[in-house]
Amino acid sequence: MTMLRRIADKPWLWSFVAAFATWLATIAFTGGQGGEQLLTAAFTFATFFVIVGIGQMFVITLGPGNVDLSIPATITLAGSVAMKVADTQDSMILLSLVAALACGLAVGVFNYALILILRIPPIIATLSSSFVVLSTAIAYGRGLRIKPPPMLADFTTAQVAGVPVLAICVAFLAAVMGVVLHRTVYGRSVIAIGQNQRAAALAGIKVERIRFMTYVLSAMLAALCGYLFSGFSGGSSLSMGEQYLLASIAVVVIGGTSVAGGNANLPGLWGAALFLFLVQSMLNTYQLSAGLRYLATGLIIIAVIVLAGGEKARR
Amino acid sequence: MNGKTEAIVRLDGVEKSFGAVHALAGVDLVCRAGECVGLVGHNGAGKSTLMHVLAGTLAPDRGTITVEADNLTGSYSVSLAQQRGIRCVFQELSLCPNLTVAENAHVFHGSLRGWGWRKRSGELIIRKLDEIFPGHGIKAGDNVGDLSIARRQMVEIARAFTVTDIPVKLVILDEPTSSLDAVVAGQLLDFVRRFVAAGGSCILISHLLGEILKASDRIIVMRDGKVVAERPAREFTRDSLVAAMGSVAKALSAEDAAKLASKRHTGEPMARARSGRQGDEKELRAYRGEVVGLAGLGGQGQTEILRSLFFSAQRRNRNASVAAPVALVAGDRQNDGIFPLWSIGRNIGIGSIRRMLKGWLIDPAREDEMAENWRKRIAIRTPDMKNNILSLSGGNQQKALFARALGSDAKIVLMDDPMRGVDIGTKQEVYGIIRAEAESGRTFIWYTTEMDELKNCDHVYVFRNGCIVADLARDELTEEKVLHSSFAEAL
Repeated sequence: MTMLRRIADKPWLWSFVAAFATWLATIAFTGGQGGEQLLTAAFTFATFFVIVGIGQMFVITLGPGNVDLSIPATITLAGSVAMKVADTQDSMILLSLVAALACGLAVGVFNYALILILRIPPIIATLSSSFVVLSTAIAYGRGLRIKPPPMLADFTTAQVAGVPVLAICVAFLAAVMGVVLHRTVYGRSVIAIGQNQRAAALAGIKVERIRFMTYVLSAMLAALCGYLFSGFSGGSSLSMGEQYLLASIAVVVIGGTSVAGGNANLPGLWGAALFLFLVQSMLNTYQLSAGLRYLATGLIIIAVIVLAGGEKARR
Repeated sequence: MNGKTEAIVRLDGVEKSFGAVHALAGVDLVCRAGECVGLVGHNGAGKSTLMHVLAGTLAPDRGTITVEADNLTGSYSVSLAQQRGIRCVFQELSLCPNLTVAENAHVFHGSLRGWGWRKRSGELIIRKLDEIFPGHGIKAGDNVGDLSIARRQMVEIARAFTVTDIPVKLVILDEPTSSLDAVVAGQLLDFVRRFVAAGGSCILISHLLGEILKASDRIIVMRDGKVVAERPAREFTRDSLVAAMGSVAKALSAEDAAKLASKRHTGEPMARARSGRQGDEKELRAYRGEVVGLAGLGGQGQTEILRSLFFSAQRRNRNASVAAPVALVAGDRQNDGIFPLWSIGRNIGIGSIRRMLKGWLIDPAREDEMAENWRKRIAIRTPDMKNNILSLSGGNQQKALFARALGSDAKIVLMDDPMRGVDIGTKQEVYGIIRAEAESGRTFIWYTTEMDELKNCDHVYVFRNGCIVADLARDELTEEKVLHSSFAEAL
């Protein structure tokens, strides 16, 4: 009984339950066909959601008002810069990764400069910086789609027994970030700031430094996502970041992380990312019209958040 | 009614408790037309609570409220007070910062309806401002948020005296001059006298005893929720008022005085700080093993100086420096101290997190060990340190905050009035810990509003208006001296 209750107390559980239920509902419709392929695809796309979700989760955990809306633009900029630097040459793979991460670093520093020096609220600062970043990407890339180096394309699409290699790597990354969150001074500081920023400062935590590191972390993870997704999807494009604006926030919230800050749930990111993808493919399988699909997506997300949140409130 | 003038308001045996604290322990008060009553007392004497009862914002637990011979006990409320012409100017200003001066005046006067209400409200408030504060320089269309704090206070005061349909009979002024300069404060006191001469009535609360003596007809002194003295103003002097407010300290025996002789030695202080507003050479110094008290009325810059000391460890500060690591014990637990989602153990451990590292990672075993260790040392009453911090009572939460500071490697511990709302038993335990830690070489800088706590200090600085006004070694410390310096007139 206590065991059951302890499991039910984990808010991230709900995202996995929802993902599994969605998967069942989909394959029930197809009569059990394509279940495995669907899972493989779900893991592939969920991987990208999880990469940006980790960064967004750290930012949201900093407390009310903290959110990074520049993730889509950063993905686009990092993707196009990296592909241009690589110039389809395998020998340039590492250098282009460095270039992508440097883009992320620059965007993160720029975002936090707006927040700290100009005292702009994060939501406005990151939104406006995303226009600057996207314009830079347009000016730099001129909208040309450059193919990725073949080795990068192979790596990002490789599978072992139906499991994407990239998903395994990102699962490892997520595990490392989980340790960072719960067992390092940095992670503890993020959680403390999210609960009570004044108390954190008075307990000796260097609040501004921690916030700075967090916004840079988020931008660099977005850049990593842009780099990998360019490899996966056959090149960078100016619209490649679009779907990540809502998705990066949705996976954090559905995954059981508190929007009020101070309470992060890393495992839930996976459940939520799988769920988001599976809902889309379920509605596609049902062959609904575009309008109905959007409506249903919205309603399902709301339902999951209410269910998970309701459990939390009762505790 | 007996006497020549009838009572506007009469309170009989009013009591009010907040939990275990008796804010009002049976207060009688009469306020008649044509007089100004001065009300004085130390922090926590119950003045503000009494005013809230009169304004209708707090209902008393016991006692009766009579307004113009009608017994209104039980039904008394803010709107009833308004209808009876009782107005209040609270210390915390109540104007809406996003509205103009005229609009704020209108909030008070629902009867100004129809076309042109804004113009009429504006005229009403400006006329009253002209009457009280000639040359005030405020326009009806000014946004209140853009006005200086002094001008906002002027608008607040003037608004309380404006009249449309209900005549103003009694105005309660709670620290009305706290943001006003001497000239404007003088204008207000002159107006109060004119208002009273015309048959109105005022209750004036102020820490500036000169104002009280000048403007009041009668003075009421409160202490510990009771009225301890009530006499015509002309029978009081500054000294007799101060004496009435606090118990007169007993002279120390020679033996006790020797024991309490200052432990100050020459050499480098562990911490030093001065306020930017300090005109003279006085500065706060704390030496190794000393308990230094910061006294004075609430909010006179003590918290600010503690903060500048705390943050001077992270960033250089011209006015403050510390020679060793610092930790701070917050008094405002909810806002400045507690991490509400964490366990008791984690709340304690956050202050020493770097010492719990094993390589890059925090070692949970060391964290638990520290929590258990402090549970025993400071007697935190909980079955399990892994329970949420909010499962503790206020006093035990405060103990956890002490454990956070004392468990850290800080050699200097700053305390920001940490005993607010803590029961007496816990207090005694913590005093003992502070003495023991000081003897083992730690330095404490302790802001407190309680006279009794200053007796645990080796050296006391009294603050007023953000500055140090008195610097007392333990053997010179008396309650009278502290009160005198706290209330001394601003130049």
